[in-house]
Amino acid sequence: MNASAPTGSQRSRDDRLTLPAAMRERIVAHARAEAPRECCGLIAGEGGALVELIPLTNDAPGIDVYRIDDAELYRVYRDLDGRGQEIAAIYHSHPTSAAYPSAADVDLALWPDACYLICLIADVDRPDLRGFRIVDR
Amino acid sequence: MTDGQTISVLVPTPLRRFTAGAARVDGTGTKVAELLDGLDARYPGLRKRICEGDGRIRRFVNVFVNGNNVREGDGEATPLRPGDEVGIIPAMAGGASGRRA
Repeated sequence: MNASAPTGSQRSRDDRLTLPAAMRERIVAHARAEAPRECCGLIAGEGGALVELIPLTNDAPGIDVYRIDDAELYRVYRDLDGRGQEIAAIYHSHPTSAAYPSAADVDLALWPDACYLICLIADVDRPDLRGFRIVDR
Repeated sequence: MTDGQTISVLVPTPLRRFTAGAARVDGTGTKVAELLDGLDARYPGLRKRICEGDGRIRRFVNVFVNGNNVREGDGEATPLRPGDEVGIIPAMAGGASGRRA
């Protein structure tokens, strides 16, 4: 899958991120395991490549909403920074609605350099995973 | 990382455009609010990304002092000492409902 999303500010809008099939499968599996709640996590990048998928805890109460656990996020972020890696992509699931960013997804897209991946699992046989770059213009 | 006299501040990727790309900067101050004031003087616009107009830390930004979220303590009034490490990190949130978690 290609997601139109640069992972660094020096990149052009035309840059594309190639998501390895194994990572795609892990995101879909995470989405299914967490349903009906939304799953969330991130993908670490290094030198333009996606190197590690890191599932994280959805700390938001209820369904149809996510917030990556703040303390967990900070620990992971600090660790990645120490290793010279970056947050290349942030993923979450929409168990029943469209694989497009919601108003909240756009409003709260505070990491414009990252690719936002949204996984739809409404059709169990045909999960849909799409990537978006969400920037404040 | 730090010389023990200053406070080391971890700047997240989305805020590095204020710090000329620096991932870590040094700061001073006896409280978080004072540290942010000093950083904003050197990197104009930074504080507005972290705090509301009244100085409170934004709901979707977290500030950690030595790994502890200041929101769970004294917030902007959290005391600082030389050698502390402060981390600033925007939340990752959203969801299909459009509600804000």
